[in-house]
Amino acid sequence: MGIPGTWRLRNQRLALIGEVCHTCGKKIFPPRDVCPDCAREAQHAFRFSGRGEIYSFTTVFNPPAGFEEYAPYTVALVKLEEGPIVTAQLTDVEPDQVAIGQPVEMVTRKLQDESRAGVISYGYKFRPRMSAT
Amino acid sequence: MKPLRSVGIVGYGAYIPRYRLPAGEIARVWGEKGEPPVREKAVPGLDEDTLTIALEATRNALARAGIDPQEIGAVWVGSESHPYAVKPTGTIIAEAIGATPYTLAADLQFACKAGTEAIQAGIGLVASGMVKYALAVGADTAQGRPGDALEYTAAAGGAAYLLGSAEESLAVFEESLSYVTDTPDFWRRPYMHYPSHAQRFTGEPGYFHHVLSAAQALMERTGHKAEHFRHLVLHQPNAKFPERAARRLGFRPEQWKTGLLALEIGNTYAGAALLGLAAVLDEAQPDERILVVSFGSGAGSDAFILRTTEQLPARQRLATTTRAYIARRVVIDYALYARYRRKLLTE
Repeated sequence: MGIPGTWRLRNQRLALIGEVCHTCGKKIFPPRDVCPDCAREAQHAFRFSGRGEIYSFTTVFNPPAGFEEYAPYTVALVKLEEGPIVTAQLTDVEPDQVAIGQPVEMVTRKLQDESRAGVISYGYKFRPRMSAT
Repeated sequence: MKPLRSVGIVGYGAYIPRYRLPAGEIARVWGEKGEPPVREKAVPGLDEDTLTIALEATRNALARAGIDPQEIGAVWVGSESHPYAVKPTGTIIAEAIGATPYTLAADLQFACKAGTEAIQAGIGLVASGMVKYALAVGADTAQGRPGDALEYTAAAGGAAYLLGSAEESLAVFEESLSYVTDTPDFWRRPYMHYPSHAQRFTGEPGYFHHVLSAAQALMERTGHKAEHFRHLVLHQPNAKFPERAARRLGFRPEQWKTGLLALEIGNTYAGAALLGLAAVLDEAQPDERILVVSFGSGAGSDAFILRTTEQLPARQRLATTTRAYIARRVVIDYALYARYRRKLLTE
């Protein structure tokens, strides 16, 4: 992820901000300005709670460039409480401890940190839920 | 120091990474005998750094405070291991919690007391009415040179405090005091990966002189004796130093045990005293008095007298407790530690 992308996506990456459709009420993530359900335009920003559950998952042993040092890691489709399904890395969990339906919560972690001189890419990952609420 | 308008803590939060390196592993690798300074230390995962630690602690503080982040007027992060040498950690925190754009944001450094320094400054800003809430965070991923004595204790963790008016607070600052001198006990020059320390300055001229002087002066000024406090939290570079300092101040073990975490997590530097305070606030009852004294090399101490309020119990369980983070524990060996802390040459 280059610097423009890191900057442009900072709200969704750092704060899990998507959209809510002001016509049909559907929650949208990532934000896309047109509701995937009713096709209306101009949505409002919406901050997701970060809580969800594992819809499906797989463990990556041959990572793409830039993710080598984190392998093996598990990537999951996380169904957020508010509806949308998000693809994200899991963290703070061993691959054999992951299960479909497992409650998870969003945390912010380093996504990529390729060069010692570059911009650090932070964003959402999910981990087994431990929060009190 | 006592502000004209009373200020307190409206929310607090802790974070400790899940990996633990037992002291026995370090002793095994370097062939050392003798009693280690801590049992084990908290180690960050590959995707963690001071920003991610500070951010989770801040989210916990916000969960307990239940305030609108747009009303936070200052975001200050104290650390000696900020991810960037130039580019503030504070702006990333502010963006992530939704406090941008009308807020102060800055990083502070004062070895292990950068976080309490942020609290002192925050008290002033809130008391003056310039901001409604101020966020003060102390967090670190401390670096210990392989083979150095500090390797046993240099750990990772942090705690965040949202400061606001006394009426909204779960604990109120009754009085505070700061004490600094120019003391060359520990330092790190630019571009150096690991800190240096002057062994003979670490104990008496460094830690004990500043912690005891700050605590004694604050107790004298307020007329308090050790028995007036339910809890004592001191900076904890190991378990031995704070215990010895507490005894010299006339405190008993039951007053310091809740807030002394070093044996289990090591020295979290700017997070250390603030995590101890978070552990105390997790368990304290209303109307208890707490003495907190930090220490930062270079050197100085900030001392605070806090009194908990009726609002504390209802907020204690609104976020993950300090003890829950300590209990979430994955033991690693020295080899995994070397990988997680990027001590291996891979190219």
